[in-house]
Amino acid sequence: METPLTGNIRPDREPPSLKEYEKSGGYRALARVVSGLAPAEVTAIVKDSTLMGRGGAGFPTGLKWSFVPMGVDAPPGPRYLVANADEMEPGTFKDRVLMEGDPHQLVEGMIISAYAIQATTAFIFLRADYDLAEKRLKRAVAEAYEAGYLGKNIMRSAYSLEMYVHVSAGRYICGEETALLNSLEGKRAIPRARPPFPQVSGLFGKPTVVDNVETLCNVPHILANGAEWYKSLSLTAIGGTKMYGVSGRVNRPGWWELPMGTTVREIVEVHAGGMRPGYALRGLLPGGASTDFLVEQHLDTPMDFTSIPKVGSRMGTGTMIILDGKTCPVAFVLNLLKFFAHESCGWCTPCREGLPWVARIVKAIEEGQGEARDLSVLEEHCVALAPGRTFCALAPGAVEPLQSALKYFREDFERHIKERGCPWRAA
Amino acid sequence: MLSDKEREEIEAEMARYPHKRAMVPEALRIVQTHRGWISDESVRDVAELMGMSAEEIDTIASSYNMIFRRPVGRHVILFCDNVSCWIMRSDAVRDHLVKRLAAGPGETTKDGRYTVLPSACLGDCHHAPVMMVDDEMHGNLTPEKIDRILERYT
Ligand SMILES: Cc1cc2nc3c(=O)[nH]c(=O)nc-3n(C[C@H](O)[C@H](O)[C@H](O)COP(=O)(O)O)c2cc1C
Ligand code: SF4
Ligand code: FES
Repeated sequence: METPLTGNIRPDREPPSLKEYEKSGGYRALARVVSGLAPAEVTAIVKDSTLMGRGGAGFPTGLKWSFVPMGVDAPPGPRYLVANADEMEPGTFKDRVLMEGDPHQLVEGMIISAYAIQATTAFIFLRADYDLAEKRLKRAVAEAYEAGYLGKNIMRSAYSLEMYVHVSAGRYICGEETALLNSLEGKRAIPRARPPFPQVSGLFGKPTVVDNVETLCNVPHILANGAEWYKSLSLTAIGGTKMYGVSGRVNRPGWWELPMGTTVREIVEVHAGGMRPGYALRGLLPGGASTDFLVEQHLDTPMDFTSIPKVGSRMGTGTMIILDGKTCPVAFVLNLLKFFAHESCGWCTPCREGLPWVARIVKAIEEGQGEARDLSVLEEHCVALAPGRTFCALAPGAVEPLQSALKYFREDFERHIKERGCPWRAA
Repeated sequence: MLSDKEREEIEAEMARYPHKRAMVPEALRIVQTHRGWISDESVRDVAELMGMSAEEIDTIASSYNMIFRRPVGRHVILFCDNVSCWIMRSDAVRDHLVKRLAAGPGETTKDGRYTVLPSACLGDCHHAPVMMVDDEMHGNLTPEKIDRILERYT
């Protein structure tokens, strides 16, 4: 089994230096790109590879790049590539692994991607608390400049690129790509209206592409080995490998790079070693805190962007959170809702007012103060905060675990109301 | 007043951005690195440097979690209270930490050594429960482990 993304990663040790990265084949894809491929050819290869964005939404990466106006349509002046390294989705720890473990892979992926859209400047928008990743990325960027992979006339080609590590001042909404752009412009992190899309008018009003860290890390391998090879890594129609992860009461919580489309069951039972003795699996969020619960009957579903939606959820970030039989599902959902209510940027009313309201109701139920009609009020809110009803995707994501918990764990909500307390606390 | 060093560091970073204003969060982070937190005076200083009003700077400062508008201790503990840590009983570990330090979430210990802040998921969920002390991660926390960690900082 091939593991292109993590082949160089040695947990708990220093990441590969520039020399070691080069020895493993690093920067060869970049050399091929800047010496012989036109930007449109790079985009075409990435399109053919079926690479889909790993930040959560699964948008086709090559297609996104193709929306950037090029050639005679291109406005004059700078254009930007931004790596979304703001990883803050509860339960998600994959981009940290990639940045700490092999920083040059991200840097090379960004240079190639920037070339494809002819960006002049690239930013790594890094989460505030990722100090180790910051140190390692800054070193990798400095090494890349020294070796002539960044700066003027990269590898003696006509292409030039500046790259900076920008450390965020910390807020979940900064991960939303248009809020991220506002934050990079020094403003409050509030999402922007679309259109215009960032590819046309993004950072400082210039064409901009925002791609997730894991997405960008795939790019050097696609360019080095081709689209057909990339597709062959996967078990399904969407190419590549995927960083999967599991947290919760399993025997071996952790991350694994596996073929795209590995089943939920294989990830939980084989790679994570199954549930710990004494704990049963009741459900799981497949890809971070803003995805709908899956339960036992869904375990044989392949983890990819098309299969998981067929069973009512989303792959999201691909890092699962397990709900075990000794953990109260109502309190689990309450923990998530408190987070989302706190992180609401406050720009639009349904989210600013709705999420704290929902959190208060769930808290009341959890503490034994719930009323029978509360469940229908919660259901109404799930509809009121559905996609399209709010300014950005934070609020719809926030109610996904709630709406599915009301479906799969309804009797737990009802017991809290009837017994006027949490059965788990009493136990 | 900003020190020469702070001013220098801020100006060195400005080259990346087409507008001075884009530097506000970065400038606040730089000042905070030197002073631990952002006082009203620092807000005014940054405002002057950026050619903006103090109110504008404060609106930006207050919208970010990691800009501290109140003094903090010599070490900042970010304690993850998100879902994967909560499942692994982070509550019990946090209660121990709070008791041991006699400082609750958002508070600073009497000796000024630690400030404890609740944090969003720290992106290390497979080692839950976790916390960060300054720039160091600590995972698989237990009350005993907390005791050992706290001894290491002065
Ligand atoms: C509230 C919210 C938070 C987000 N946080 C992140 C994040 O931390 N990292 C990330 O890559 N994408 C995040 N996204 C998704 C981005 O908006 C965007 O879709 C993504 O960066 C695009 O990259 P991709 O096409 O490579 O997936 C978030 C979206 C929302 C609505
Ligand atoms: S949905 Fe929430 S986070 Fe998104 S713009 Fe509205 S208030 Fe802000
Ligand atoms: S939930 Fe605590 S580190 Fe992710």
